[in-house]
Amino acid sequence: MRFTPHTEGDVRAMLATIGAESVAALVAHVPAALRDVAALRLPPGIDEREVRAEMASLAAANGRPDAVVFLGAGAYPHFIPAAVEQLAGRAEFATAYTPYQPEVSQGTLQVTFEFQTAIAALTGMELANAGMYDGATAAAEAVLMTQRLRPGRPLVAVSRALHPQYRAVIATYLAGLPDAELVEVPYREDGTTELPSDALLARASCLVLGYPNVFGAIEDLEHTAAAVHAAGALAVSATAEALALPLLRTPGGAGVDIAVAEGQSLGLPLAYGGPGLGLFASRQSFVRNLPGRLVGETVDTLGRRGYVLTLATREQHIRRERATSNICTNHGLCALQATIYLSLLGRHGLRAVAERNLRGAHALAARLGRAGRLRFAAPYFNEFVLEIRGARRRWETALADGVVAGLPLGDWYPELEDCLLVCATELHDTAAHARLASALEQGGT
Amino acid sequence: MERPTAILRPGLLPEPLIFERGAPGRSGALVDAAAAGGPESSEVLPPALRREDDLAGLPEVSELDVVRHFTRLSQWNFCAATTLYPLGSCTMKYNPVMNEAVAHLSGFADLHPLLPTSWTQGAMELMARLADFLREVSGLPGMTLQPAAGAHGELTGMKMIRAYHVDRGDARRRVLIPASAHGTNPASAALCGYGVTEVPANREGMLDIETVRRLLASDVAALMVTNPNTLGVFERDIAAIGAAVHDAGALLYCDGANMNALMGVAKPGDMGADVLQFNLHKTFSTPHGGGGPGAGPVAVSARLEEYLPIPRLVRDASGWRWSDDFPGAIGRVRSFHGNFGMLVRAYCYMRALGGDGLTDATAMAVLNANYVRARLQGTYPLAYPTPSLHECVFSDRDLEPTGVHTLDVAKRLLDYGFFAPTIYFPLVVPGALMIEPTETESKETLDEFVAALEGIAAEARRDPEMVKSAPHATFVGRLDETRAARRPVLRWTPPEPER
Ligand SMILES: Cc1ncc(COP(=O)(O)O)c(C=O)c1O
Repeated sequence: MRFTPHTEGDVRAMLATIGAESVAALVAHVPAALRDVAALRLPPGIDEREVRAEMASLAAANGRPDAVVFLGAGAYPHFIPAAVEQLAGRAEFATAYTPYQPEVSQGTLQVTFEFQTAIAALTGMELANAGMYDGATAAAEAVLMTQRLRPGRPLVAVSRALHPQYRAVIATYLAGLPDAELVEVPYREDGTTELPSDALLARASCLVLGYPNVFGAIEDLEHTAAAVHAAGALAVSATAEALALPLLRTPGGAGVDIAVAEGQSLGLPLAYGGPGLGLFASRQSFVRNLPGRLVGETVDTLGRRGYVLTLATREQHIRRERATSNICTNHGLCALQATIYLSLLGRHGLRAVAERNLRGAHALAARLGRAGRLRFAAPYFNEFVLEIRGARRRWETALADGVVAGLPLGDWYPELEDCLLVCATELHDTAAHARLASALEQGGT
Repeated sequence: MERPTAILRPGLLPEPLIFERGAPGRSGALVDAAAAGGPESSEVLPPALRREDDLAGLPEVSELDVVRHFTRLSQWNFCAATTLYPLGSCTMKYNPVMNEAVAHLSGFADLHPLLPTSWTQGAMELMARLADFLREVSGLPGMTLQPAAGAHGELTGMKMIRAYHVDRGDARRRVLIPASAHGTNPASAALCGYGVTEVPANREGMLDIETVRRLLASDVAALMVTNPNTLGVFERDIAAIGAAVHDAGALLYCDGANMNALMGVAKPGDMGADVLQFNLHKTFSTPHGGGGPGAGPVAVSARLEEYLPIPRLVRDASGWRWSDDFPGAIGRVRSFHGNFGMLVRAYCYMRALGGDGLTDATAMAVLNANYVRARLQGTYPLAYPTPSLHECVFSDRDLEPTGVHTLDVAKRLLDYGFFAPTIYFPLVVPGALMIEPTETESKETLDEFVAALEGIAAEARRDPEMVKSAPHATFVGRLDETRAARRPVLRWTPPEPER
């Protein structure tokens, strides 16, 4: 296929205007030694029908039509109303660039302002930025921000019950700071995080907790934040399942300083894990240390309300090596899609769908009572750890029946080899619950 | 301050914030919370863990409210689907509709990232093929598809460079970066703990090999170059510069944001590059989304392969699987496996065009940029007379007597129905106007665009005040950015209740 519109006549006329012999002459200043070996050994182009057929066959090689999947662990299956994807797919949003000319980008800018407002409300924080790549990179940027805000404190404390991929990304980002050191804080018997010692916190810039954590357990953020503050450090919460927030004590209400989250649950498809959406919210007083873009309200020459990118002096294109982050292109369209989802469900729909998740997961856990038991006693939202003898064997047996019985946790936590991390959302009805229960009960025999 | 209740431009409807629409109690989508049974949250969550504000502040609107709201707002945007969007360095080419249809296939869109790999062979096969295509375009053997955007690819690449030097017992401390580089380059280097030394350009707008040699001290970890650079100029001495960098024990980072100029013309691997990040949202047609999501795959030389991030795609007798088992890896740079949805679109595009189509895309991108350059150089002075490839950079120098500046030209262009070029970048060109038309624009569109810029230059001489107060025909007038920064209002707050 070609999307170039040039006719032979166009090319001839354009070359004449330029004063060049041929199109090849336009690249003749590139050294011949490079040009001579530059031919692309790629398959020849094909037409749209052929491309679509090939892509359909690759897509068909994934999943199983009769499957039921109880996987969460950082990516959550939720229902996406048709209006969400249809509106977000509008070319006016999808094919615009970052809104560098605000007078002709008010659509993107106003939506981003609405996104910042909605995320601040959802997290109970004073302000939110325009979004980051994903929850894990947002957590890493939050940690770097605490290192800027609390200089002279080399430690970064993270809960061992924080999603292991978030911990791994934090470790990668921290490797650039020569003095910083990552310390893992153990989890307790009930699945929530132990309070680190005052001595540790006194040398730490922050403590990062999952909320809910990777076991689905809901941490007591308020209690922890108070202890962290008493030692002069900052409290960071990282939420992988944003749909838990409509039911939980808000991070802001609990006194957290920076709340980050993965926004995929807010109307984005799973898409094999990306693109997701990093949510980043903090205290107002940290605004000049925030990474990422911010949209602010202003007026035009006639005094009419409008929106612009603002406080850019934090950013790479102005500050270069002294910027608060290197981020440029973020996940703007994902933020827009989340804004549509948050608007459509709104205050009441969000509460209802969150309630549906919590109730369904608890109904499922009760149903699995004969196959196994809850490993942790802490309250949970839509995900829990099931301890079950021969977990892996049962998981394999269930898989053969088209049931993905959550995630065997032994890969991430060797001490939890006999445990499955099970997630149930509004997509799982009682029939699906029954299939999981019977698959797991069978697998042991 | 007035609420935007007046019609801003004929045919466009006003629209308040979503929070100002609707009525208490309304919702566009309710589910039955009891559908699968189970206890209510109030029975399960102790009071201290329960939400304290009942979600006050989130919208209470119907589905039609939502559809009207976002449809109206969309109409306030210029976009590549409605007009030429000649932002230099951003490669705003046409985003094929076919890509969207394919990315929405359930076998891609509904795939959980932690499914057993026996269930995801199609997705992994697609990723492996895309990686092979990108290897071929880059001329480099190693590949990761994980980074989420160009800057994230830079960070990933610089981390690998750091790991390479640390392995050799010498982390080194500085990175050389040309003054014309994009801001993400120094910011990414700094995130990896490096200091930055700026390399000036010579009179041709290129790197000077002697200057580079002089700056290549023993504490330099890498030279980060963009080729063609942000002037659209190919670094003629790149191969020799690459060799000098290697002789000094340093590595060569190539910013691949401008790969749209090079397909079938030159491969970074042949220039001595050790790292190249792609911006799939530029070169390979994935939509920009008003600021992403993109994808920033990174190709590396054999020297750096062992440092590629995890997880990596490996193949054994039973097919593709993910492996973390690489002790040299820099670690993980994001969750899961990459911006898969964007990888699907890029693969779809590359497959459709093929090697011949990609080569043609570059050729026509270069032709279009040189056509605009030839047509406009009598009206706006070129920043450098050096031959350029896929973009060209002008300055506002000749308008100086009129008092009209680059910003004014950009704003006036909006009145003509075009998005503006990139302005005031690269920083080495005062008053820069950086134009990248891309290959998918027709000669007629370019002629209209040229006529608009010529018209503005004439207006600047005839009626400078009119140009300086532009735009006049957009949805809102020129916006007060100083006010936005001085008194930041970053979220909506409900009005005080009336007494
Ligand atoms: C030359 C150059 N390098 C790097 C980047 C950064 O890419 P991204 O915005 O995808 O992070 C850009 C794009 O803005 C660019 O133009």
